[in-house]
Amino acid sequence: MSRAGRIARRTLLVGSAAVAGGVALGYWAWRRPVANPLTGTLPAGAHAFTPYVIVDADGVTVIAPRAELGQGVASGLAALVAEEMDLDWDTVRVVHGPPSGAYYNGKVAAEGFPIAATDDGLLARGARGLGDAVAKFADLQITGGSTSMADAWDRMRQAGAAARAVLRAAAAEAEGVPTAGLRTEAGAVVLPDGRRVPYPALAERAAMLDIPENAAPKPPADWWLLGQPMRRHDIVAKSTGRGGYAIDLVLPDMVFATVRTNPARGGVRGMETGAAEAMPGVLRIVPVEGGAGVIADNSWTAMQAANAIDFDWGAPPFPADSAAMWETVAASFTDDRRDSRLRDRGDIGAALAGGDIVTAEYRVPYLAHAPLEPPGAVARLTDGRLEIWAGTQIPTFARDLAAERAGLDPDAVTLRVLPSGGSFGRRLEADFILQAVDLAAALPGRPVKLTWSREEDMARDFPRPMAMARGRGAVAGGRVTALELSVAAQSVAASQMGRLGFPAAGPDVAIVAGAWDQPYAIPACRVTGYRVPEMVPVSSWRSVGASQNGFFHESFLDELIHAAGADPLAERLRLIDDPLSRKVLEAVAGMAGWSGPRPGSGRGRGVALTLSFGVPAAMIVEVHDTEHGIAIDRVWAAAEVGRVIDPVNFENQMQGGVVWGLGHAMNCELTFADGRPEQAQLTAYEGMRIGQCPDIAVRGLENGDTVRGIGEPPVPPAAPALANAIFAATGQRIRDLPLWHAVDFA
Amino acid sequence: MIRLSVNGTERTVAAPPEMPLLWVLRDTLGLTGTKFGCGVGHCGACTVLIDGQRANACLMAIGTLDGASVTTIEGLGTPDAPHPVQAAWIDRQVAQCGYCQSGQIMAAADLLARIPEPTDADIADHLWGNVCRCGTYPRIRAAIRDAAARLRAEPGTERDG
Repeated sequence: MSRAGRIARRTLLVGSAAVAGGVALGYWAWRRPVANPLTGTLPAGAHAFTPYVIVDADGVTVIAPRAELGQGVASGLAALVAEEMDLDWDTVRVVHGPPSGAYYNGKVAAEGFPIAATDDGLLARGARGLGDAVAKFADLQITGGSTSMADAWDRMRQAGAAARAVLRAAAAEAEGVPTAGLRTEAGAVVLPDGRRVPYPALAERAAMLDIPENAAPKPPADWWLLGQPMRRHDIVAKSTGRGGYAIDLVLPDMVFATVRTNPARGGVRGMETGAAEAMPGVLRIVPVEGGAGVIADNSWTAMQAANAIDFDWGAPPFPADSAAMWETVAASFTDDRRDSRLRDRGDIGAALAGGDIVTAEYRVPYLAHAPLEPPGAVARLTDGRLEIWAGTQIPTFARDLAAERAGLDPDAVTLRVLPSGGSFGRRLEADFILQAVDLAAALPGRPVKLTWSREEDMARDFPRPMAMARGRGAVAGGRVTALELSVAAQSVAASQMGRLGFPAAGPDVAIVAGAWDQPYAIPACRVTGYRVPEMVPVSSWRSVGASQNGFFHESFLDELIHAAGADPLAERLRLIDDPLSRKVLEAVAGMAGWSGPRPGSGRGRGVALTLSFGVPAAMIVEVHDTEHGIAIDRVWAAAEVGRVIDPVNFENQMQGGVVWGLGHAMNCELTFADGRPEQAQLTAYEGMRIGQCPDIAVRGLENGDTVRGIGEPPVPPAAPALANAIFAATGQRIRDLPLWHAVDFA
Repeated sequence: MIRLSVNGTERTVAAPPEMPLLWVLRDTLGLTGTKFGCGVGHCGACTVLIDGQRANACLMAIGTLDGASVTTIEGLGTPDAPHPVQAAWIDRQVAQCGYCQSGQIMAAADLLARIPEPTDADIADHLWGNVCRCGTYPRIRAAIRDAAARLRAEPGTERDG
């Protein structure tokens, strides 16, 4: 049975109820040491030291076993090893490596636990450790939840330290000198007399030695690479058209394919393929789940032929239009559908019984990932062996699901993970990989490159769910005294994990993430999540639940603060009860020189802070009202990440997160008619264009003692900071996204 | 048969006349630096220079290009000898996922050939049609200013590598 099949009978930890179930997985299993997946796979002359380091005659290769999606993870993780081994940063090679449980992500499972990031109690720490155990047991090699750096921080530095130690020991043995006198520098051991022995010259001997299990990483005072601006290893390739994405792979004898499936996800009642089959260059028409694939001698012909197939589509298995979907969401605020109440502080009933009560309702739409490299993969099935090249965040699952699809053992599948042209969560799904397997099976022996059209991508994304929030709050004496937020959304965890073969148990924290766990000491505070029935299948979208809840929480808090007649920044600072979050907000206030929400006539400033993925991120957005609409002039953004590993990449991720958050808040939505998205192309799904992009000043704070990721946390505060700024500038409080329904943008 | 020059090399292509240049470059000639993003001329990932003018390769039928001279990202510069725009892109570390950057770089090279010292408004106008989902726009602006300075220092390299 495939790996996916084996784990299907267990339950992935999604919420508190599943924590207990996790223990039943078997304590013994996760205590076993992980095997090195590189063992037995390397050519002669190449040696693996830990699962993360290969030394051969040409130098050192670091395994960075997370998906490079643009977030710089390959370089960031490689830097951990390079620092400890004292490698030459300009020549170190970085590869993803094979899919393997050895590369499990010990942090990502705990993301789903209902534990606030600010909670450092014994139970919280224990539960996080349990997440590590479960991940190891279930081979959870996943890139997600901004966890890659946190997860790798100890493991990969220790791996680098261990590799360095064994190479030093080999040098000592070879030269007959004590280890203590040996330095390492730029990929070589430096002998007491100053001679340099490059690591490749020591690899053979070092491979005979035992790797120490407890090599200690360097103290930060000794770092020469971490914390310094570093050149991404892929920057030259990506600046010269050689990024090496799956869509760019060229193999001998390769053919080109696309798919077209029911945009309303209702299956196929019939199809007429005669016209497509008659087109010159078409090689095969292949039924795939929900539609058909076309293999041709080029991608364009395949896409033309796919459009020439006359399909009789089935009806959608969910409400057909946005109005009916909103009715379903609105009808989900019931006791039956209550999913969680993770925060219930003070006497909310009494606090909202009288006085100055504020109520509001907010809505956000379904959103597409739309990575600029459309979904696709290359696959070749030859004599019972399956090769796949793809960008994927779930390599162990993708391999196992592909094996199941092809009727092969996972050992017969070789999956090579390539850099992705964006993902934003899209490549947590294996749908396009399984289609490539189906297509390859139709033309054995030939590599088949599947490329989705953009229309297919827009139609068949697994979007961020639409969501609605109802807020009630109270103010008194110029202060916010009560905040109640009820959020209704589909469960991303149930939808996504279901497709991977996991039944998801317990509450879905994503429904309320970014709302229930915010660092404010509001005297009466309640956050309740309601689970909307599955409609359009949904998945993780950059910052997941916090992407909507940051908007809900920080917009509604802003409303309350204005109702109290307080300053949006001062009142937040008064309410904050987490020292790290306070410093972030103080930092951003200082950067912007905050003097209030209305710095001038027609100008407005909005502030927002969201704690997500353990990272408090705060933003101030300044806008002004022009004759052409709202212009976004400046953004100041700060976040607490424990350590800024690379200031360049940190700035890039922060700025990118701001652009992502602002652009989607301004312009993007998926609306449905006849069960299909009305936005069939990027023309109807504008993010931000360069001319709308403000100057974005960024600061990283390093006050905490935990290293955190920065891919997602800048996103949630961007939309509310912008909406709050528009309110400050115009007096218009916008409660529905996208904002263009209410205002024009210059 | 269509004859055209691609990055200075004469090519003869047998393809349906309505087939877009993008797919001739990628699937027929194996020049995959030019990217497919939307296929409808909206995202700019396929930006190339045709006879010195920027164009979206996904909209250019190969049948209209007989005798044309096409420059793609591969022809602009190489890892060992990057064009000044590419050198600025590398030093400024513009790319995140990098998928749109071929098109951004080609559009920037075209801009700088026309306007050697562009303002932010010039950049906004000229690169409006180049989408970056990762949000590298602040760095793109910085790299264009940087590239402008490099080109002033190295006159004569403003186009076609």
